[in-house]
Amino acid sequence: MSNESVDSEVVKRVKANPKYQELVIRRSCYAWILSVSMLIIYYAFIVIVAFWPKSLGTKISPESVISVGIPLGVAIICSAFVLTGLYVRRANTKYDELIRQIKEEAK
Amino acid sequence: MNQLTGALLSLPVALWGSVAWAAEPGKADSGLNVTAIVMFFIFVMVTLGITYWAASQTKSAKDFYAAGGGITGFQNGLAIAGDYMSAASFLGISAMVFAKGYDGLIYSIGFLVGWPVILFLMAEQLRNLGRYTFADIVSYRLSQVPIRTLSAMGTLCTVILYLIAQMVGAGQLIRTLFGLPYEYAVIVVGFLMVLYVAFGGMIATTWVQIIKAVLLLTGASFIALVALNHTGFNLELFFKTAMESIKTSALADHKKIVADNKDLFAPGGLVSDPVSAISLGLALMFGTAGLPHILMRFFTVPNAKEARKSVFYATGFIGYFYILTFIIGFGAVMMVAPNPQYMDTAKGVLVGGNNMAAIHLAHATGGDLFLGFISAVAFATILAVVSGLTLAGASAVSHDIFANAICGGKVNEATEMKVSKISALVIGMIAIWLGIQFEKQNVAFMVGLAFAIAASANFPILFLSIHWKGLTTRGAMIGGTLGLVTTVTMVVLSKTVWVDVLGNKAPLFPYKDPAIFSMTLAFVGCWLFSKLDNSEQAKQERARFDAQQVRCEIGIGISEAAKH
Repeated sequence: MSNESVDSEVVKRVKANPKYQELVIRRSCYAWILSVSMLIIYYAFIVIVAFWPKSLGTKISPESVISVGIPLGVAIICSAFVLTGLYVRRANTKYDELIRQIKEEAK
Repeated sequence: MNQLTGALLSLPVALWGSVAWAAEPGKADSGLNVTAIVMFFIFVMVTLGITYWAASQTKSAKDFYAAGGGITGFQNGLAIAGDYMSAASFLGISAMVFAKGYDGLIYSIGFLVGWPVILFLMAEQLRNLGRYTFADIVSYRLSQVPIRTLSAMGTLCTVILYLIAQMVGAGQLIRTLFGLPYEYAVIVVGFLMVLYVAFGGMIATTWVQIIKAVLLLTGASFIALVALNHTGFNLELFFKTAMESIKTSALADHKKIVADNKDLFAPGGLVSDPVSAISLGLALMFGTAGLPHILMRFFTVPNAKEARKSVFYATGFIGYFYILTFIIGFGAVMMVAPNPQYMDTAKGVLVGGNNMAAIHLAHATGGDLFLGFISAVAFATILAVVSGLTLAGASAVSHDIFANAICGGKVNEATEMKVSKISALVIGMIAIWLGIQFEKQNVAFMVGLAFAIAASANFPILFLSIHWKGLTTRGAMIGGTLGLVTTVTMVVLSKTVWVDVLGNKAPLFPYKDPAIFSMTLAFVGCWLFSKLDNSEQAKQERARFDAQQVRCEIGIGISEAAKH
């Protein structure tokens, strides 16, 4: 891959740009926050499944056959989609603009 | 091109030949399903037409491996979803919901939640650093030969295991659905996948996958809608009818649930203890991020922005698909279980096995014509997934082992592509052979093992090479090898292989899913041996991280790479 690696002068200029530091910190912060949110949602669910499986079988109301586990499961599926949407929205607006500026200034 | 034309012309003969053979009395296992075969035939003709077009578009290695980088985020989202929605997940998860209820949902959630994490921590980085295979990224600043060899091993193990499971599934499914003999089904699948991959490369593989994803989503939506309409879109009534239906069901699983005084709306026996639950969760979640045929899809889009959009769309499609399989599973409880036409009462399973739940529901909701359509879609699904797997395996052989590890990157594109096509042919033949060998074996553990290897060998080195400056070649080699070896050992010694396949009395390793141990060991191995590595080479590798990170973060240098 050495034939394609980035010119070291460009690397230096980019690294010295405060916008680059800002991008790295802000993006990785947001990415980790969202990742940890997904992990917490999922593993909280798995822990409930492993330790208190019966609680998921509780009916949503006395006259209903539907258990709380069903809307909860659907909500987790939706949360995955919503979290990706949140990231894409911020990346499309904020990060892409920062990246454009950094590239412009590195020329 | 002439070869392709020849192959295209011979195909109808081969297909119709097999049909004629199956039609002979006594040869086929069940009646020949003409509608399904005609519909599948149309699908094959269309996809071969696409392959013909794709072959004319495939001029460079970049076209062959990465569809020229010209796939949009939306298209790639569909293709990724298509790779993920295999026949196993369509039939298997709806069957699990049908037989066990809520457990099926737990499984599908595990399959889905890996996607957001892939987006947040890997998708854009993959696009910015890689060209054709995930080994491009791991070896970006590490030593080419050992890293490429290890990555190719991880890729081939995952691909072969996954392929065997798909081939055996294909043979059994097609025997049941189409009335074709097992061997013929496996050979037709193997033959077609090699055609798609060898002639059409990634362009054909992607479009086959997109078409199939659209067909599958449409078909599954139709089944689910008709099933919901059965109770006038009243969910309460829908689940209530299903609950009543299991009380009189002849299905063994349902009888057991009723006898145990349980229902389908709470977790059952799938997840028995916390260690297994978490271990399975890890394998499903991070295995996705280490599946080579999925990772390759990130190189088919032009830039990081399209890469991130593709995961957004893929997550949406896959999530929607799993909600559909849940409805389909309960729809089958309501409409298939009470109908003696679909039930093998003596054995307490569905006709053709419980995996037929979605297929029987298709018949119950849309009659013979729709059954034919769904059967054809199921066949198409297998075909599309095995093509993606074959391409990933062939790329590992040609790009990682041949072009970079053996020839040191000094090989022209035409030769590399030729090696890739030959590899596709060899992988195809191996897959057909293994598919036939494993006909009578229990292969259910193989997809699980493929996921566990992907999570414990491929994912740790890929993830650390992107995010951790300290990773060195030595650390990656030891950690990755540890992950690979421990996964295989633990699975072989566990109940799934040691008892169920090899016939021993008691398992030597108590847990079914090794990921919690093997993945941890891989990460610790990578970390420890990188830390201990004070060689000159290690220093240089760490020093190269800055340039890698700049490219990874802002994608500088990738547009240049895209031109050649």
